Amino acid sequence: MNAGNGERGTGNGLSSAARAEIRRLMAQFPEPQSALLDALFVAQEEVGYLSPEAIRGVAEVMDLPESEVTSVASFYHLYHFKPVGAHVIQVCTNLSCALNGCGRILQHLKTRLKIDVGQTTPDRRFTLKTAECLAACELAPMMLIGDDRHGQLTPEKVDAILTRYADGRSPKPEARGP
Amino acid sequence: MPESFLLKYISEPDQADLETYLSRGGYAGLRRALSIAPEAVIDEVDKSGLRGRGGAGFPTGRKWRFIPKDPAITRYLVVNADEGEPGTFKDRTLMEGDPHQLIEGIIISSYAIGARHAFIYLRREFSTARDALTGAIAQARSAGYLGRNILRSGYDLEIVLATGAGAYMAGEETALLESLEGRRAMPRLKPPFYPAVKGLYMQPTAVNNVETLCHVTWIFAKGYQWYKAQGTPILISVSGHVARPGVYEVPLATTIRKVIELAGGVRGGRKFKACFPGGSSSAILPEAYLDTPMDYDALPKVDVPGTMLGSAALIVMDETACMVEIIGRTVEFYRDESCGKCTPCREGTVWLGQVFHRMLHGQGRTEDLDLLSGIAKGMTGTCFCPLGESVPPSLNASLRFFRHEYEHHIRTGRCDVREKYAA
Repeated sequence: MNAGNGERGTGNGLSSAARAEIRRLMAQFPEPQSALLDALFVAQEEVGYLSPEAIRGVAEVMDLPESEVTSVASFYHLYHFKPVGAHVIQVCTNLSCALNGCGRILQHLKTRLKIDVGQTTPDRRFTLKTAECLAACELAPMMLIGDDRHGQLTPEKVDAILTRYADGRSPKPEARGP
Repeated sequence: MPESFLLKYISEPDQADLETYLSRGGYAGLRRALSIAPEAVIDEVDKSGLRGRGGAGFPTGRKWRFIPKDPAITRYLVVNADEGEPGTFKDRTLMEGDPHQLIEGIIISSYAIGARHAFIYLRREFSTARDALTGAIAQARSAGYLGRNILRSGYDLEIVLATGAGAYMAGEETALLESLEGRRAMPRLKPPFYPAVKGLYMQPTAVNNVETLCHVTWIFAKGYQWYKAQGTPILISVSGHVARPGVYEVPLATTIRKVIELAGGVRGGRKFKACFPGGSSSAILPEAYLDTPMDYDALPKVDVPGTMLGSAALIVMDETACMVEIIGRTVEFYRDESCGKCTPCREGTVWLGQVFHRMLHGQGRTEDLDLLSGIAKGMTGTCFCPLGESVPPSLNASLRFFRHEYEHHIRTGRCDVREKYAA
């Protein structure tokens, strides 16, 4: 779901399509609050990050206090509370990747993108983050760009991968390959 | 070595397709399970000797027996697919490559405990697995393996796929249930909140690991006698400094040395230094322990406290690994993932992190080694849940076997390992 896809809601930051999707998720569970984590992703995908309006929108649809929604969201790593680039890069820095030189990969990304961890490039294409073990240690050192897995990284390979994302759209790489 | 079966079709591109899965014998185990009483299903799992593959290694049949039989009580099955123990990637591999194998195991297991709703709590980052499972659930439903009156047995089941949002803590079963209820993933007090008694929505709940449920599929496809004759297979995720990192299916109690050999040995002709046999929550073991069997009982019996099979994530380190750096990274991981509920874990991991930071930045102090041991002692047996308790084992083992590396860092402010092997 992208911003502008569907009608914007009545000032709560979420389109009617997003609100309908959240209600569909809620109906899957005996207790509707179980859908909160997934609902926050619906909001994040639509708005781009969890803006105060997006949080308020989720709280309204789910009939939860905004404070509760904020509290839950703030516990988890994958929610963004400020705008991010078109592609979020997560470099695994846990043991297997550390043993296979993820430090060099991270440094290369910082140099090439001219940003530090947690920052977004001025053209808003890339946000650089580190991640704990992403359960793909056979590909160490590895990273995710959006949902796509890239492994057995070298600085040269990182350069080639980044050019595929440079136009702001997501290519569909071999998800299971290195 | 017996042929692998959990991984048998994992690399076949069409295995996620229901027709292919059926042509290879899929859902035959489910038919057989539905033809016998739920109690008989549990009996057979008991006889198979299956133990949980998530980390704790609890006997699966016994876990299911704690669930009350009263049909008036709503029961749930929750699948822990939040694979996050550093070095572990077997569950992701199973879900991506053979999703019906898991779905079939979920249906059999739900039938055994009388659950009419099963929930898969999947790591959000596993987008390929999410697609595979979503497709498999839809196919299974339209073919009558899910939904109402499954295969005309009178048994009904729905499977709901939910995702996490990035929290190692959610791998702990009570924290997972909190998260699945739409809250912060913080652990519940045990007792009274044993999932089998008060689990999801305070109802009796079996929380089972992905690999465990895939084993159930095979136990019913081939019978528990056949299953035991395979030597009680387990999946081991091998990573780090080996030539061929990957998931290996071996009989339980295969030695660490043998598993490393299967993975092509230590990479580049380097010398083995140490390994984590069961993810970063286990103690580390140096070379003298390479002939230890990778087994639920054998690993905890070695004289290095906190050694365990865990999730069977074997992380191999060669002579180029600086142990101060590696254990420091481990400490940072637990510090960043601590939920903050209990003091020993919340504060202890921060204090340890400060000591490691100064040791790794040339500012270590002579008294730091005693300080590390003291903090580790204060975190042993005092934490609310296993997360904090996972820090001392590898730290203590590194202080015992690689003390000289810490001393060198403190004395010189430099890393002799790094300097020796700098590329």
